[in-house]
Amino acid sequence: MSFTVPPNLEAEIDELITHYPVKRSASLMLLHAVQEHFGYISQEAVEWIAKKLGLQPINVYELVTFYPMFRQQPVGKYQIKVCRTLSCALGGSHELYKHFCTKLGLDPHQHGLQTTKDGKFSVEFVECLAGCGMAPVMMCNEDFYENVSTAKADEIVSQCK
Amino acid sequence: MPQEFKLILKHADEPGYTPDIECYLRHGGYEALKKALAMKPIELPDGKTKSPQEQIRDDVKLSGLRGRGGAGFSAGLKWSFVDRKSGKPIYLICNADESEPGTFKDRQIIHKDPHQLIEGMIISCFANDVHLAYIYIRGEMPKGAKLLNQALAEARAKGFLGKNILGTGYDLEIYVHRGAGAYICGEETGLIESLEGKRAYPRIKPPYFPAVLGLYMCPTIVNNVETLCHVKHIVTMGGAEYAKLGTPNNTGTRIVSLSGHVKRPGYYEIEVGKVTLGELINHPNFGGGLRDGRKLKAIIPGGSSSKVLKAGEKFKLKRKVDGKDVEVETDVLDLPYDFDSLMQAGTMSGSSAIIVMDDSVDIVEALANLSEFYAHESCGQCTPCREGSLWMSKALHRLTHGRGRKNDADYLEKIANNIPGGRTICAFGEACSWPVQSFVAKFRDEFIAKGAADEERNKQAAPAKEKNLAAVH
Repeated sequence: MSFTVPPNLEAEIDELITHYPVKRSASLMLLHAVQEHFGYISQEAVEWIAKKLGLQPINVYELVTFYPMFRQQPVGKYQIKVCRTLSCALGGSHELYKHFCTKLGLDPHQHGLQTTKDGKFSVEFVECLAGCGMAPVMMCNEDFYENVSTAKADEIVSQCK
Repeated sequence: MPQEFKLILKHADEPGYTPDIECYLRHGGYEALKKALAMKPIELPDGKTKSPQEQIRDDVKLSGLRGRGGAGFSAGLKWSFVDRKSGKPIYLICNADESEPGTFKDRQIIHKDPHQLIEGMIISCFANDVHLAYIYIRGEMPKGAKLLNQALAEARAKGFLGKNILGTGYDLEIYVHRGAGAYICGEETGLIESLEGKRAYPRIKPPYFPAVLGLYMCPTIVNNVETLCHVKHIVTMGGAEYAKLGTPNNTGTRIVSLSGHVKRPGYYEIEVGKVTLGELINHPNFGGGLRDGRKLKAIIPGGSSSKVLKAGEKFKLKRKVDGKDVEVETDVLDLPYDFDSLMQAGTMSGSSAIIVMDDSVDIVEALANLSEFYAHESCGQCTPCREGSLWMSKALHRLTHGRGRKNDADYLEKIANNIPGGRTICAFGEACSWPVQSFVAKFRDEFIAKGAADEERNKQAAPAKEKNLAAVH
């Protein structure tokens, strides 16, 4: 599969690089930009970014494997991240996570990210999302939701077209 | 009556208050910056002059401002360590990687009043001769990053940022840099590595003190979001006036994140030390008490890394009575919520995040939850932390899944005691051990009872299987 970066994305990337006196600093921002466009970071993307920044591919690949937000495989169109950490757990995040899994036909006991067969939803537990006073909290792609009851969860899912 | 004191969040939650620059300007925004930039050098009695930059830095020192990120270190002192003679550029980084479990205060500032942070940053940069600064925001706040970028563009358009700010000849550029989900980036040297485009492996100190060898091996200041906002108010009020807020050595206000089993969880800004832990939990102006019919069991007072406090615990607090130092026995709920009192109680106010747990909580489950967090977030650089945090999490997983042992409390304690204390590069070693040490020490009976019950049951059910489980250790 060929990897082509469209001109507008490349222009955005070139602009990002100007923010730093040392090009390598732009690595995370470039990975974000590429992942937002392609949905995940492929081997070709790693090589492309490395070339762009004058680095070895390993310098970029080691970031993809270190930072939890970067993906090496495609994920669902809607990525549901439920907070797992203490305050949200006290506020019912386990029930919320199970609810999403059951509703979307996923295994609530399986560890790690799961994607529905149609590729529409991914569900995973993530660590503290900094919304502890409004527990349980979650994200659906870029949107952040507070005090998510199972009824609210159903509503969020129904809004994903 | 204990009540909120809103300095940072004065406008954020007012109806109709929006995060754009016009709204900020209508509320007196960027006046502190104008004041700072218009300051004149002062002639000192010895014939020397004191530059406006030095005046601001001295004012921050005078204000007694302590870092709001977690360590509570004097902000003025931190700035005074900056190597200004190296000839290298000085950088400033705003640590907006808010990820200490329990903490959600910076989120409020970033999303509701981004210009306040930017104004505080510009003043701090001016005071420290910084011309390039970054806001390192956690990856899970994409909207916050967008809002900040928009706010920065607005500030640039109004001449508060960029070349020749307000015609003074001072140049500054600020960029937003996004993290990607790693808790360790909140540690300042890890953050710097991450900003350099590397894995966020914290650097060893000495020699890599950011004030001397920080970003690109140049002098660097790393301050928390809330800390930088306070700088704006220190310039507005004057350091001496600011220092009247709060209590001695614990000056100013703080935004407390309150979560867990209270009726009114949320964020509350208080004068430091003027409100007690008990008032924060029980007073109708704050947490409003526990859920009906429930009793208090435990409090995590300063983010998940701080040592847990048990309901009913008593501490000897040093107090000044008639000019004399005396020790006063203080109940956990009567601890003034400040840096020093909590330190005297053997814990810390950390990132000022309180997690309240009532008697419905299985304390072993709660610790297992936190330990899983630390095992996931250890960067993996130092063996005691990488392995130790995972061992503790595995043992607690066993203990919460019916495969515990009577001696698990000792086992957990042994690991937790062998991670911190200079065996690791950064304080994550402490952060992952403190919860385990304190939970096990204070709720030992529950750990032993759970382990013993499992052991007994498993011995009767399948003695052979129990032997195999030894391999888990």
